[in-house]
Amino acid sequence: MEMNEYLEVFIEESKEHIQSLNDNLLVLEKDPTNINTVNEIFRSAHTLKGMSATMGYQDTANLTHQMENVLDAVRNQKLVMNSEILDVVLEAVDYLEAMVMDIAGGGDGKRDVEGLVKQLEAIENGEAVAVNSDSKTNTSVSNNSSFDQLDQFEITVLQESEEKGYHNLEVNVKLQDACLLKAARVYMVFEILEQIGEVIKSQPSVPELEEEKFDLEFTVLLVTQESTENVEKRIMKVSEIDKVTIKPFNVEGGYSKNQSDQPQPEQDGQVNNDKVAAKEQTTNNQTTTKAAVNNKTIRVNIERLDGLMNLFEELVIDRGRLEQISDNLKHAELQETVERMTRISGDLQTIILNMRMVPIEQVFNRFPRMVRQLAKDLGKQINLEVIGADTELDRTVIDEIGDPLVHLIRNALDHGVESPDKRLEKGKPAEGNLQLKAYHSGNHVFIEISDDGAGINRDKVTNKAISNGVITNEQAEVLTDSQVFQLIMESGFSTADTISDVSGRGVGLDVVKNTIESLGGSITIESEAGKGSVFSIQLPLTLSIISVLLVEVEKEKYAVPLSSIIETAIVNKSEILSAHNKKVIDFRGKVVPLISLKQVFDVPSSSDEDEFYSIVIIRKGDKMAGLIVDTFIGQQEVVLKSLGDYLTDVFAISGATILGDGQVALIIDTNSLIK
Amino acid sequence: MTEGNEQEIKAIVFQLREEEYAVSVTQVRGIERVEHITRVPQTASFVKGVINLRGVITPIIDLKKRFSMEATEFTDSTRIIIVYIDGMEVGLIVDAAYDVIDIPHDAIEPPPEVIGTVDVDYVDGVAKLDSRLLMLLNLEKVLSNKEIKDFQSVEV
Repeated sequence: MEMNEYLEVFIEESKEHIQSLNDNLLVLEKDPTNINTVNEIFRSAHTLKGMSATMGYQDTANLTHQMENVLDAVRNQKLVMNSEILDVVLEAVDYLEAMVMDIAGGGDGKRDVEGLVKQLEAIENGEAVAVNSDSKTNTSVSNNSSFDQLDQFEITVLQESEEKGYHNLEVNVKLQDACLLKAARVYMVFEILEQIGEVIKSQPSVPELEEEKFDLEFTVLLVTQESTENVEKRIMKVSEIDKVTIKPFNVEGGYSKNQSDQPQPEQDGQVNNDKVAAKEQTTNNQTTTKAAVNNKTIRVNIERLDGLMNLFEELVIDRGRLEQISDNLKHAELQETVERMTRISGDLQTIILNMRMVPIEQVFNRFPRMVRQLAKDLGKQINLEVIGADTELDRTVIDEIGDPLVHLIRNALDHGVESPDKRLEKGKPAEGNLQLKAYHSGNHVFIEISDDGAGINRDKVTNKAISNGVITNEQAEVLTDSQVFQLIMESGFSTADTISDVSGRGVGLDVVKNTIESLGGSITIESEAGKGSVFSIQLPLTLSIISVLLVEVEKEKYAVPLSSIIETAIVNKSEILSAHNKKVIDFRGKVVPLISLKQVFDVPSSSDEDEFYSIVIIRKGDKMAGLIVDTFIGQQEVVLKSLGDYLTDVFAISGATILGDGQVALIIDTNSLIK
Repeated sequence: MTEGNEQEIKAIVFQLREEEYAVSVTQVRGIERVEHITRVPQTASFVKGVINLRGVITPIIDLKKRFSMEATEFTDSTRIIIVYIDGMEVGLIVDAAYDVIDIPHDAIEPPPEVIGTVDVDYVDGVAKLDSRLLMLLNLEKVLSNKEIKDFQSVEV
């Protein structure tokens, strides 16, 4: 049973490699010539193969082995990556994931992989031959590049400049036969080149050029922002130059995107091989630096972190108790020590909470695959943009937020982004944009899902709402846009004309809304017809320790989360108005309904009513309400605890907390108080 | 005592008004004095509230209310018996709790058809020990969620 102890490591690492396979394959799809990515994928597949063979998971090993063969062919330029091959490889990765999941769930990881293996074999053998002959013809035609040896630094510079939108140009200059001062001419050419860009390398080398150790021709590798024509014109200004030939130089060795006016065949095989070698070196180097960084982190079982958090929660409770005791005793030294302890435990709290923070990447990184698949299924072209994947959230939130996001993305793809023809009709590019953006702001994390699709049709929504009896005709006219959009998150609401496989059964958005609200967050929708919509989710940074306002109703203490409080107020009885038999107040020009906690919670009442009311103004989205309480006790950090399995679904109570005096105070779920 | 495992069950005896009840020790986590109980609004009437049991929020049930018995004031002898059933810890308020006793199996008789006002489905049997009459409680039935749900729906 020695294996058991490795099993966990195997599963963890396999998951990581599968994720990296997924990521890199998608990168490869966008840039099929990137040998670097292929290498990365190859390495992941190779490691997976080795690991699963060691652990005795034969099916996994077989599949990865065949996948590796295909990738190897791609890597060695025997095969050109295309969408079909990618589909098969991605499917293989899906299988691998399923198998690893099975192993993680205690299964034996067996699965029928024969079909896929055959498919992969076919790709490797069948198509490889065809492509092979192709590349041979290529080889015979092209041998034009003078730069068959680039060192790692040069490649990096070229890659970077390409990413930044500079052109990598191979400039071949031929001097006139009658040229006397060749070195001087070379100098002048170099001076011009330095003005408009940077010379990465020259052939022959610079010292050789200076010593006139060349015939009439020399070639330089130039990084510049200038266009090919401009570079040519400038160089031609130097006298005694016969001819300037400029062609784009592609670092990856594939076809260049911006071919110049003189299309030149690409580099020959040898160049490529050398470059691959150089590239491999680059990536190897990268991984070593990565490894160095990784050494500074350790893997900790989540259960241990949860244990630490629980212990710390106990500490926070005791801290509260200690604070209260020291306040009562008014002993100077004790107070000082307690204050110090409070500060230190505050810092400790920040650190522990940070430790539980996980980048939202964990959730986001499964979306590219999903979007790709969905776009294919729906026949739409989608460009997914992910921003802020490193934004961190508490693990508990991360665990819950995945499904709602999946739902919203499906929704955006299905209902939001139009089909390519429709988009072109409307004068938009055929490819729709879907943006996933996460960022911090204050004590909250925002996640936005925006598309540039059709947007929400206000009339459609109101009509549907009227026909469903959710609102009346009169209401429909006065509702603001955002109020109308909120309607689509009511249950049983789908405006899609046809129900599709992807979404539109009308059981989606209300669930999304509920999940987000149960996490203490909120969701808002902005939309402009024809331009697209933005679904914005606001989430608390953490769920376990929250700031609350403690209030007292008769003898009972309740905690109201600060995040939902706008402010507190004390109003005179005479300021309370009545509308539709409901108590309301005029609060900063707005009519705010009042909710008596005493009535909602059936608090046994003893004393007579006061002349003044203490009111906590709470909000839920745009709506506000005032909670009538007896006294405000104060603000406090408390640990959120559940009421347990026995008491579930208690109305308007989201949990409980233990106060400094050891008593339990209930935490009010303000969202369920506002309808 | 030592050989008694098969013929005897260890039980904790407690008192509700004048009657004595017993629960198996295997289900009992501890006996606590009554501390501040926080009422939880809008729950079944026999749910007295929650307490802080060494950092864990524990629901408390008023057994007398549960058995539709007349309420009495808390006294010095009032205790909370913490029981553990189906992964839940729940506290039961009783008028008094005594030590552990051994009940021989042959002293246990099936519950009579009618015992006062208490519905018999949560009484597993009655044990006669000397002059005492102990009712053995089936805690699963006492705490059954289904019944609570029924209660709630009746109240609503």
